[in-house]
Formats: sequence, C-alpha cells, structure tokens
Amino acid sequence: MYKRKFVPLALGLMLAAAGVAAQAAPKAPAGGYGVGRPATEAEVKAWDIDVRPDFKGLPNGSGTVSRGQDVWEARCASCHGTFAESNEVFTPLVGGTTPDDSKTGHTKALATGTVPQRTTIMKVGTVSTLFDYINRAMPWNSPKSLSTDEVYSVLAYLLNLAEIIPENFVLSDKTIAEVQQRMPNRNGMTTAHGMWDIKAKPDVQGSSCMKDCPVSAEVTSRLPEFARNAHGNIAEQNRPIGPVRGADTTKPPTANAAGAAAAPAVMPTPAEPASPAAGLVGKHNCTACHAKANKVVGPSWDQVAAKYKGAEGAEDKLVAKVKAGGSGVWGAIPMPAHAQVPDAELRQMVQFVLNGAK
Amino acid sequence: MADEIVRRGSIKLAPENFLTETQLQEARTARRQFMAKALAMGAGVAAAVPAGSALAAAAAGAGEKEILELPEHTKGLGQPVAARAYGQPSKWEGGLQRRESPGLTRVPQASVSFCPLQGMFGIITPSGLHFERHHQGWWDIDPSKHRLMVNGLVKVPKVYTMDELMRLPQVSRIHFVECGANTGMEWGNVAVPTVQYSHGMLSCSEFTGVLLSTLLDDCGIDLKKAKVVLAEGADGSSMTRTIALDRALDDVIVAWGQNGEMLRPENGYPLRLVVPGVQGVSWVKYLRRIEVGDMPYATKDEAVHYIDLMPDGQHRQYTSIQEVKSVITTPSGGQVLLEKGFYNITGLAWSGRGRIKQVDVSFDGGRNWKAADISSVVVPKALTRFNVGWVWDGRPAILQARAVDESGHVQPSYRALRAVRGTKSIYHNNAIQSWLVRESGEVFNVQA
Ligand code: HEC
Ligand code: HEC
Repeated sequence: MYKRKFVPLALGLMLAAAGVAAQAAPKAPAGGYGVGRPATEAEVKAWDIDVRPDFKGLPNGSGTVSRGQDVWEARCASCHGTFAESNEVFTPLVGGTTPDDSKTGHTKALATGTVPQRTTIMKVGTVSTLFDYINRAMPWNSPKSLSTDEVYSVLAYLLNLAEIIPENFVLSDKTIAEVQQRMPNRNGMTTAHGMWDIKAKPDVQGSSCMKDCPVSAEVTSRLPEFARNAHGNIAEQNRPIGPVRGADTTKPPTANAAGAAAAPAVMPTPAEPASPAAGLVGKHNCTACHAKANKVVGPSWDQVAAKYKGAEGAEDKLVAKVKAGGSGVWGAIPMPAHAQVPDAELRQMVQFVLNGAK
Repeated sequence: MADEIVRRGSIKLAPENFLTETQLQEARTARRQFMAKALAMGAGVAAAVPAGSALAAAAAGAGEKEILELPEHTKGLGQPVAARAYGQPSKWEGGLQRRESPGLTRVPQASVSFCPLQGMFGIITPSGLHFERHHQGWWDIDPSKHRLMVNGLVKVPKVYTMDELMRLPQVSRIHFVECGANTGMEWGNVAVPTVQYSHGMLSCSEFTGVLLSTLLDDCGIDLKKAKVVLAEGADGSSMTRTIALDRALDDVIVAWGQNGEMLRPENGYPLRLVVPGVQGVSWVKYLRRIEVGDMPYATKDEAVHYIDLMPDGQHRQYTSIQEVKSVITTPSGGQVLLEKGFYNITGLAWSGRGRIKQVDVSFDGGRNWKAADISSVVVPKALTRFNVGWVWDGRPAILQARAVDESGHVQPSYRALRAVRGTKSIYHNNAIQSWLVRESGEVFNVQA
C-alpha cells in the first residue's frame, strides 16, 4: 500500500479511507517547511546505538567470560547478585533453562510452568536484545558508562552463567551469531496474533447476549481476608462526599447491616504534605539504593535508624559518610560519594532517616 | 476516637479521616431518627431528603444547622486572586491520588503509580493524576536543550529543536493511554481490592503535537524499503519500541501538549510519542529519536517484557493493540453504597480499534444486560464515559459492564479469554470486571 510514491495528499486520502480521524496530513509548502537541519554523521553515531536481531548496529569489539566476571562484580552484582540470581531489585536474570533448551530453541519450563519465576534468559529469544539493553541502560544508576568491550564481556559472563557458552568463549561481533543459534528460547516467539497489524482481527470475541444469558453460578475468586488492608486503608483513597465512601479496611467487613449507611458527620482533614526531606531523598536519587523498610543496595532507612538510635554524634558522622561515600559498615558494597549535594540538604536527609523516615 | 491511622509512605492523615464502624452506626441511627421525626411532622418531602443532609438536623425540628447557621464562608471575606498562581485541587480531595501497589515492584524508579479511577468524572484525566510508569526514573528536561533526530531510511536524517517542532502544522486529539499490563495482576485470580489498582494504568488526555507522518515526509522517508519505525527516549533507559509503518503513518503524534499545557515531566516533558490505541510502553517519553527501518528491533521491552505467554509456552511478540474493554468505576471495589435506592452507575469504555459503539451493564452477574448511555463525547481511541441508572434493593448484586467497539469486537468474559490465552499472559487482560455489592453496601472485587 505504501509502495506508491509518497505525497502528502495520498496520505490524506488513505487516512480518510481508513476511517480514522479524518484530518489530512498538512500539505507542506513548496520547498518544505524550512525547519530542522541535516544531522551530522557524528550526531547520528552518538545516538544511533540500537542493535537489531540481525546484528545491524552492533559495534566491533570482543570480551571474555573472565573479564566479564570482573565487570559484573564491580558494576552489576550489587543489584543483581553474584550469580544474577538476586530478586532484590528485579527478577533474576539467569536460571530456569537447560542445555536441552539450547538444542530445541524452546525454554521448556515456560510450557510446563515448573519454575516459580520467569527469568530474563528463559524469555529472551534474541541475544542482540541483551547486548542492546545492557549497552543502553545498565548499570541502572549509571547507564551508558560501560565501554563496548565491557558490554561484550559482561554479556559473555551472563551467557556462561546460563550455560549457553563455555568459559573460554570469546564473545565478539564475529562470534555472536553462533550464540544466537544456542539461545534457549530462540524459537519461543510468535507474531501470529491480532494485536500488531492495524487491520488484524482479534482472537477472542465476547458474547452479545442480552437476556437470560448463561453464566457460571458462583463467584470463583475474591480477595482473601488477610489481604483486605494490603493496599492501605481504602477509606482514605476515596472522596468524602458523593454516593459512596471508601470502606474502612483496617476493620473486617461488617456483617449484613441491612440497609443504609449514612453520610459522614465528620469531614476528613486534608492530608499533610510529605515532609520536604522525603522529597530530597527522591531528588538526590538516594531511593535508587535505599527504601524505608527493605534493603535494596544499601541498608533500609529503618535499619539505619535502629542502628544509630541514641548514638552520640551519629548525625554528623552520617552526614560525612554520605558525602564521602564508602563501605564496610553494612557490607562490602560501597555507597558512592555525594559531594555535589549541599551540606544543608545532606543534614536534612540524615535527620529524616534517623527520625524514622516519616 | 483513638485509632491512629498508619499509612504506607510518609504521609500521615488526621485520625478523623474515615468513619469507624461506631461512627457509621451513629450516623445511621441519626438518619433514622431524623426521618422518623420528619415523617411524624407529616412532611411528605422526607422521602426526597437526599442522603447526607440528615445528620446534623436530627435534633433540630426547625431544620439543618448547615442551612440555619450561616457558615464562615458566607459571612467573611475569601482569598485573593492568584493566591495560588498555579491552582490546586480542593484540600478535601486529598484521598484521590496516584498510588503504588505494594509489593508489585521493588524499586521506585522502575515502578508504576495508578490513577484513582474510582473518583473521576468524564473522560479527561487531570494531568497530575495521570498514571506513571518509569523504567529508570523521571526527569524534568530543559526543553531548550532537547533535540529530536529522525534517521534511518530517509533521504536526509534531520535534527529538530522544540522551537522548530512547535512551528509545524499541529493537531490536538483526545486519546487514552493504557499500559499493556493493566489488569495484569488479575489474570489468574482476584489480586487487588479497588479499580485504582485493577484498572488504574489507564488515563486519557487531549494531546497536541505534529503528526509523525509530517516529520517522516519532511525527511523524505523511503517508502519502498521502510517497514517500521523505532522510537527512542532520551532518559537513562533510552526506552525503545518498534512501531509498524502503517500505524506510524496513520495517527501517531509527536506531542508536546497535554490538556492545554505542556506535558508533565512524569509524562515525558518536553516531547513524547502518542500512539493511539497502542499500549503505553510504545508512547516513548522524552522522545529523542525516530529511526526508520525495515525490520522490528526486538528491544528489551518487546523481547523480554510486553510479550504475552500463551498456554503452549510460546510468547506472542509485538502485541500492541489495546483491545475493547470497559469497567464500572463508581461504585467499584472497596467502596460502600450509603443506602438502598437510586444510583447512577458510571464507568469507562475504550478500544484501540476505534470508537466505542455500545456499552451494556448487568446487575445480576451477566444474566441480563441493559444498554448504558454513552451520549457524551465519543471519539476514536479515547475513553468513553457511560452512565446507567440502577435502583439497589439492598440485596447482594454483581455489577458488570461490557463494551463493543466499532469494529464489532465485543469485550470477552474471563472464561472466554482464559480458554484461548490461559492465565500466565500478564499482558492485555480485557476481560469483563465483576463487582459484588453485599447487603452491607460494601463492594468487592470478584471474578464470577
Ligand atoms: C543499581 C541497581 C542495578 C545495577 C548496578 C545494575 N542493574 Fe541491571 N537492572 C536493574 C533494574 C532495576 C532493572 C529493571 C529495569 C526496568 O524495569 O526496566 C534491571 C534490568 C536489567 C536487565 C534486564 C532484565 C529484564 O528481564 O528486563 C539486564 C540484562 C541487566 N539489568 C543487566 C545488568 C548488568 C549487566 C549490569 C552491570 C553492568 C547491571 N544490570 C547493573 C538494576 C541494576
Ligand atoms: C548506589 C547506591 C547508593 C546510593 C545512590 C545511596 N546510597 Fe546510601 N548506602 C549505600 C550502601 C551500599 C550503604 C552501606 C555502606 C556501608 O556498608 O558502609 C549505604 C549506607 C548509607 C547510610 C548509613 C551509613 C553508615 O555508615 O551506617 C546512610 C545514612 C545513607 N546510606 C544515606 C544515603 C543518602 C542520604 C543518599 C542520597 C544522598 C544515599 N545514601 C544514596 C548505597 C547507596
């Protein structure tokens, strides 16, 4: 359909024919709009980093499993675990595939459902995807900081962990196509469905029955009682006026108090804004590594508050520590320095942490 | 009342923010007394007294305090103009906020916040309540430094500044954006209590920008070779998604405007792609580059995520279209009907294949259906608001809505959907939602 010579008028007709918002693409003045400029070669090179499944866009380079292990331990393990098995910041990257899957090109566990979690390597069918993604987005908190050879190396390490390549394999732009032939789920994708092409037909059609329709007699699923308040008190997540109120989910549901509930006698008092320091730990990205209740890369705010409760000089000491960074108190993983953060804000954040991060 | 409310996060609410069961009981008693009194006085109008007006007046035969005692705002001087240079919602509206679903994600920069559909009206999402999905945190980018590059199979690869883009012919269109994983937690069973968490990765705005086809034309796209475009963001994740060429040339917008102002930073300021009818992940934020190519790119979010696992172990790749879907938003899970009687049942319907043609509502778990009113704004690939009257008799009821789009696609039941796609798909759950109203008036998320 688009084989014909492209002119704006033809596009307008196509839109009208397709029955979409019938607004013809505007006709450019003769000689074009005169905005924008040609991109330079260096500019295109700087941004055009994508790598396709046929390896178009793959930069020249290479890496070994052992160098990859060094990169992994220095740049990745803090979040993903030493063996890419960690579930702390994301689902595990590796696991759930077998050498047999490498032969068939189907991750068997996806069909049998025998593993609890679907790891990255179980799903991904194209090795280019992993190169492209690590190169553009990892490490998560300092993306695009790896050299090309570091990307090859760390990918080699991951592929070795997944038993796709041997320990002495040198991954490079020359050898990566071989790896593609061993990807466990390389035959696991289908595009035979109705959700890509704009003209495609849906696969599941509902019923148009209006009267005395067949239905299953009972409720088959509902939220278990223990989960009633798991999303916070629903009463606070609704408007205090109107036809309904939010249920007080801190309490069990009422028995059948047949009939009416009445409007509240008391209007809610508006929420206080979150403390400014809560905003600061977001602004300075501390929350990339710290959360209130659970350990992420660094200790949880609650752990820090508990450790230094009542300790003399803790505030000053911690302000200095966050500024300079360092490791050893909570483990071997270092916290980066925060020299760029103003002292007053560092102090506010440390006070916030020591006061229970409320 | 001594109960102290401990909330997730750092916001603390005053304890009187909700009614305890005792207070609810008091309120019910008070209402009954008022009604009794009014009836005793022979006032036939009592039946017409709306809920909520009765309480304070219980004792006062003369009428309600709210009317008889003039409040401060009737007797005093109010606030000056521009006291808030950028207006804010009423302080009473604080309950309706974007919220995270606890335990769903592990780090807050690769996470989701859900839109509070349970309390919203019409079809436009206020920009501050628009759902968020970030993979590597959000930014507030200096627009004067932002650039859009178009390269690949074009005659001239080009670079545009915001100044230049905003001079081009522009369109303003209303479209919904729904995350492909919306309602994804509910494939196997009920997992969340309210419509905010079950359907809240859904928003709808008026977007303003230049048609992508205008830009591709301006760069001289090679229509003989081109089959797809790749859209890429400028943030750390440099989110990338492939879009089929026929779609890219159809109604895709390179947008800077949202609901009359610039995009919000959380929604991609200063530039994002709007891909009508397609899942949110393709609406690349902080858009920096469009590459014209001749094969799909299999990027991380189209080769590891946003792929739909079928029962045979195969993944459907490049699933994009958000199919016909609807949900009743009021009343919905976690809400309590105040009393028996008439209710306006309201909700939203949408389809990535065009306009909504019809919405039917059932009050008996799908046995019988009634067409709802969809007479307000109905435009293609936008949310459509539906309304229908219902008299609640105080007995348990299961409420459902079912939408039909202009392509004739009817929203399926869970049973029909699972029969084909199983329960592990994560993505593209457009099944009919059921809300169970119990005798107490409380509404529960159920699957029937
Ligand atoms: C600060 C924590 C952190 C560090 C360090 C880090 N990652 Fe990640 N990684 C993440 C998070 C969070 C995600 C999920 C991002 C998303 O949701 O899009 C992720 C996703 C990934 C994925 C995709 C997984 C999937 O299934 O989508 C790969 C592959 C990956 N990381 C590899 C690496 C490598 C290689 C390194 C080191 C060079 C690294 N990561 C360092 C946090 C981290
Ligand atoms: C890249 C990850 C990372 C980031 C970003 C980060 N931290 Fe940390 N943080 C850590 C680690 C790891 C530790 C544990 C260090 C140790 O064991 O000595 C830590 C420890 C701490 C401690 C306890 C120090 C001690 O000696 O007990 C405080 C307080 C703290 N961080 C505050 C902050 C604040 C405030 C910010 C933002 C300005 C921040 N962190 C940003 C990783 C991080």
